[in-house]
Amino acid sequence: MSAFLAVPALLPGVLPGAENPVADFSDTPFWLSIVKGVLIFVYLLLSTLLVIWFERRVIGRMQQRPGPNRNGPFGLLQTLADGMKSMFKEDVRPANADKWVFTIAPLIAATMCVVSFSIIPLGPDVYLFGHRTPLQLTDVPVAVLLVLAVASVGAYGIILAGWSSGSTYPLMGGLRSTAQVISYEIAMGLSLVAVFLFSGSMSTSSIVGSQASMWYVVPAFFSFAVYLVTMVGETNRLPFDLAEGEGEIVGGFHTEYGSMRFAMFFLAEYINMFTVSALATTMFLGGWQAPPIISLINDNVVGGGWWGLLWFTTKLWLFMFFFVWLRGTLPRVRYDQFMHFGWKFLIPVTVTWVVAVAFIRGAQPPLNYFGKGALTIGNKAVSIPLLVIISVIAVIALAATWVWDERANAAAMAAAPEAEEEIDPFAGGFPVPPMPGQRLKEPAYAGPRSTAAVVTDGDAVSEATDGDSGTPDPGAAWFTTSEEEPRG
Amino acid sequence: MTNPYVPIIIMVALGAAFALISVGTSLIVGPKRYNRAKMEAYECGIQPTPHASGGGKVPIKYYLTAMLFIIFDIESVFLYPFAVAFDRLGLFALVEMVLFIVTVFVAYAYVWRRGGLDWDY
Repeated sequence: MSAFLAVPALLPGVLPGAENPVADFSDTPFWLSIVKGVLIFVYLLLSTLLVIWFERRVIGRMQQRPGPNRNGPFGLLQTLADGMKSMFKEDVRPANADKWVFTIAPLIAATMCVVSFSIIPLGPDVYLFGHRTPLQLTDVPVAVLLVLAVASVGAYGIILAGWSSGSTYPLMGGLRSTAQVISYEIAMGLSLVAVFLFSGSMSTSSIVGSQASMWYVVPAFFSFAVYLVTMVGETNRLPFDLAEGEGEIVGGFHTEYGSMRFAMFFLAEYINMFTVSALATTMFLGGWQAPPIISLINDNVVGGGWWGLLWFTTKLWLFMFFFVWLRGTLPRVRYDQFMHFGWKFLIPVTVTWVVAVAFIRGAQPPLNYFGKGALTIGNKAVSIPLLVIISVIAVIALAATWVWDERANAAAMAAAPEAEEEIDPFAGGFPVPPMPGQRLKEPAYAGPRSTAAVVTDGDAVSEATDGDSGTPDPGAAWFTTSEEEPRG
Repeated sequence: MTNPYVPIIIMVALGAAFALISVGTSLIVGPKRYNRAKMEAYECGIQPTPHASGGGKVPIKYYLTAMLFIIFDIESVFLYPFAVAFDRLGLFALVEMVLFIVTVFVAYAYVWRRGGLDWDY
């Protein structure tokens, strides 16, 4: 056992530690940090004003209507007008509400949402007021952990708001939202582990720096997919906006809130969207790095300085469009489906993916845990253990999906009715749509109401008794009687 | 710059100041017209359900979710330092991590089997 424990000690400093931030803040005086903080805050507020307008316009276009277009050019000032309206509304606190917690909850939500942006790198080093400083407020060795921690504290704003309102719907909404946020935070945290394995750091500037040659969305594509799902779950957005669920629980945790306190929750929701998008950009899409083909122009002349802010903002808004697109496309999922997906699918699959990435990483050249054999393909050396491990993982993944598919098919077969049955859509007196596997019986033409009524009082009874079909169908009765009428 | 954590506090202060000022201004400039009906809990136009003081009862399901969250969140937090130091820990750490995840999966399978992850009973 002691020999086993000694193994890590035998490998001291195989590779230099990369976990410390690469961003250099030595030339950043304290007053400049405050200035940068204010600038980031203004950037966030302006983005929020814009994105609410953007969302309403895009949703409007998706639903074939113009969206808000009255206040300012293209309706750009709509959000400002809404904010002013909130400001001048009466601040109502229900009699049942817990006085202090009800007041503090929106403040927690609005305070915590901006904190994460302090460690997001918006750009590389620039000259700002005569100092060379990164376009990033600060960076710490555990930066990404800080984002997750702040998101958890932000959840307090939601649950406290729901709990303190002294009403049924907000309590339900607050609980749902908290259960949702914490359930999806596990999968989110696990999806980021793959990136840490590749970058060897949790500092955001180091992660962006190490993506200069390849964005992590390529090697960690599955993590990116999981992150995309969980970030929608984290921010309570459609199709996962079960915390609000307008049709079910009115408005969720903020039902009892109005005026500026409600606006704080609204602001927090949109800034949280920016935060998760910024984290996705930083972790998977190379942060402020120029996109691959554009970066080739003139030896990456557009890759540095203030250009970084442009690329970062562009990527950020791609994610915002993704959010709006989802909202315009998908209906809300059911709560139990949502929780099942998070706990029974995302968590085990992501953990397995992390193990797979760890093995791939271990087989790669600088580490070579499984031997150093290499094939030469073209003029590139490819590690044999790496190829073996990737093929093993691919085979396992294929087998798993195959088994999964077979079981899903078997379950669908078991659930489906044996034969196609014919139903009479009007059997109950009102029209009923067919279930899957049911076929509608064509209703026989009953003829004009008045004629049928006239005929049935006379000959229909005799026709029903002497006819060989034996079905007292009013349509059949009308047909046969009209034929027989000349005879009689 | 001495401590890299200080600017985070600047950001907290900015956010808190903005929230306080916005809500405070609204309290000052907004109208105040008392109406008893306004103070009642919202309940789709019917009489509000009497609500227990202290927040009322909460389904036990959520408590279970919170406990499971602690278990699995700590699992993922344990993976973070491992992932960051992966390049320097050697094959030993990879084996250890796989053993750790297998152990956690035993607990996970147990919870699944006992219905801890189900929402419909």
